[in-house]
Amino acid sequence: MPLRTHASERSAEMRPEDRRSAFEWPEIQDYGIIGDCRSAALVSRYGSIDWLCWPRFDAPSIFAALLDRERGGYWRISPVGPAAIKHQYVPDSNVLETHFSNPSGSAILTDMMPGASNAFYHNDFLPDHEILRKVTCDSGELEFEIEFFPVADYGKTKVQIRDIGKLGLRFTVGRGAYWLRSSTALSITDQGAWARVVLRCGESLRFSFSYSEEAPAVLRPLDLSLDTRIDHAVGAWQQWGRSANYDGAYRNEVIRSALALKLLTYAPSGAIIAAPTTSLPERIGADLNWDYRYCWLRDASFTIRALLELGYWDEAVDFLDWMLQATRLTQPKLRILYSLYGDKAPVERELKYLSGYRESRPVRIGNAARDQLQLDVYGEVIDAAAQFAFHGGHLDRDMQKALIGFGDYVAANWDQPDEGIWEPRSGRENHTHSRLLCWTAMDRLIRLGERSRLREVPIERYKKESNLIRRQIEERAWNENMQSYVSVLDGQELDASLLLLSWYGFAEAGSPRMRSTYHAIRQQLGTPNGLLFRYRREIPEGTFALCSFWEAEYLALGGGSLEEARQRFADLIKYKNDLGLYGEEIDPTTGAALGNFPQAFTHVGLIGAALSISQREKGEQQLGHRPPAATPQATSQVHS
Amino acid sequence: MNWPSWLLSGFLATLALSTLLATSQGFGLTRMNLPYLIGTFVTPQREKARFYGFLVHLLNGWIFSILYVLVFEARHVANWWFGALLGLAQALFVLTVGMSLMPGIHPRMASEQHGPNANRQLEPPGFMAFHYGIQTPVSIFLAHALFGAILGSLYQLAK
Repeated sequence: MPLRTHASERSAEMRPEDRRSAFEWPEIQDYGIIGDCRSAALVSRYGSIDWLCWPRFDAPSIFAALLDRERGGYWRISPVGPAAIKHQYVPDSNVLETHFSNPSGSAILTDMMPGASNAFYHNDFLPDHEILRKVTCDSGELEFEIEFFPVADYGKTKVQIRDIGKLGLRFTVGRGAYWLRSSTALSITDQGAWARVVLRCGESLRFSFSYSEEAPAVLRPLDLSLDTRIDHAVGAWQQWGRSANYDGAYRNEVIRSALALKLLTYAPSGAIIAAPTTSLPERIGADLNWDYRYCWLRDASFTIRALLELGYWDEAVDFLDWMLQATRLTQPKLRILYSLYGDKAPVERELKYLSGYRESRPVRIGNAARDQLQLDVYGEVIDAAAQFAFHGGHLDRDMQKALIGFGDYVAANWDQPDEGIWEPRSGRENHTHSRLLCWTAMDRLIRLGERSRLREVPIERYKKESNLIRRQIEERAWNENMQSYVSVLDGQELDASLLLLSWYGFAEAGSPRMRSTYHAIRQQLGTPNGLLFRYRREIPEGTFALCSFWEAEYLALGGGSLEEARQRFADLIKYKNDLGLYGEEIDPTTGAALGNFPQAFTHVGLIGAALSISQREKGEQQLGHRPPAATPQATSQVHS
Repeated sequence: MNWPSWLLSGFLATLALSTLLATSQGFGLTRMNLPYLIGTFVTPQREKARFYGFLVHLLNGWIFSILYVLVFEARHVANWWFGALLGLAQALFVLTVGMSLMPGIHPRMASEQHGPNANRQLEPPGFMAFHYGIQTPVSIFLAHALFGAILGSLYQLAK
């Protein structure tokens, strides 16, 4: 039951929700993201920046209306009165355009954060962080209202804005100075700054909001050079996006996902965060609200696969370097999540004074999962390194030492219970997915050793452990009565991560066991409209977008026909928002996005499924780093 | 004048001043990056500006210490408190006169009267360099007092 439509299919007619006031809640999927690969802002389709943390993703916010409409702070530029709204990215870029129109005229609002590309950086002054906004009336006339209401530290600290003449408006928070420059005069109010301006055809307003922790700060002029900077950014993004090595049927979706993933990359370290937001709820009005502004190792092998196969070698190398550097202090043990520079993620705290998105309390910052044990992360990291090596990458001495350390840890500890991939806070169990990734860790290290990509691998020892893990999974994770693999050894429950038994090469996708497991998962966790829950809960959350893409990929890997894989993928891309973005979950009834937004893992899942479908269409090898038993011969059993 | 003593004490005092200013920035007492501010006289490139600025600042401090040494010799006094007093006086001059002149003499600095343009895009320091952080004057007074104190205590008056 697809409910969302693609931007190109949607006219600019006014929708009922376009009449909402600034204080009403937008839907989660009403947001777009702009960023500079160090921080990100969420811009609603109503022209309001409702989320911004500077100087980095996990810093306290300066705009947080996303989590509290009244006290969070926002920066809105929108027409006075109702207007039809359409927003879209400039094709293949991360420059956002919002089109407003009503009977009196129309205008385009452009939003972007300039990045610090090396060439540009070395030839010109650039503010440390900056948002550029430009609104141009392209027909008739339109009255705009500008509300600039920053509140520091997640809506807690009021700021004192000062008018510094022609330099603009300025306020300081902690060690940072914020400057707002505007081509129109703004009145300073108790809350911030405000103006109403009538724009006639051809007229523009330009704004620059910047942040610096170093003085003297850079203040760019608001003349035509701002337009040049926007054009430069569009060109740079398009060059990056269009260099993706993908020519399949889902080009727009794949490039948009790659661009979203790039925005969630913290360029100074190479880390990739799960999402730029905290506490967008997995269930509206409930307490499933988490801070995702950190880096989860469990995303590693999917992410590396997406980057390598799309040809983003530099990003893949940076991510792998970050992963192995970040974990250096804890090696051979791994944490499940790290901060942007590889520190332990902050202690979880609740911000009780915030209402939360649509009363979804509490708002949390930090993440308590930092103390969990998840044995699957070892397999994820080792698999990522194996993919890198099998694509021709060189594993240096330190990397090799680290990988052997991880392998020895897995060989000694794979039989332990852990919290598992879904991070429940109810204790440890013997998760099948964790066993699968421990098997993957052993398998990849053996294969790296046998191919002389890794020295001093204790191959015989690892083979012995690998066989023991395999036997345990086949005997205790297989439920004969259910004719399915199950989530926990000797258990009866299912979860969508069982589909990954094929992805990692443990079981052929077309094998009888996997096919019957898939049917059981679809029956228990699937929805009629092609979505998938990650597991069953008494009070259900949304369907898990990533798991739905896993299903499409499982079908593409040989679990179904090519047509079935394409159909499932087509079902899923109907749920992107009109910018092509996904959250963590999808409401199976309304199609609305749930959870933190946009979600890196979902976009990685989309890229992976699209790649596997494309590879199968062309008869190319899929996931070549897996054991031979799981790869090419699958095509012989597959009926397109 | 004791030239060898000036060379050594001037160099060490300048190093101490640079270190204290950098530490103040690191601890959030001020946003001011003096090497960057000085380096942007010659280049807009951030990393190069910091490097050039550091060299110029080191040389500048060294040369400027001659004035301190001349006062020591004139008064036949060279000790830490007299040096510190001279440092405080210099800091006051820098903060009031020097900073207000900055938009006029810095080729890349904007002013409150004219705003930024294609050539001038750096934030001016404002009165007492308050634009660079409300505690910037504190760090500048402390750094110059330390500069003078080290110079005063290390410099050996000519016989």
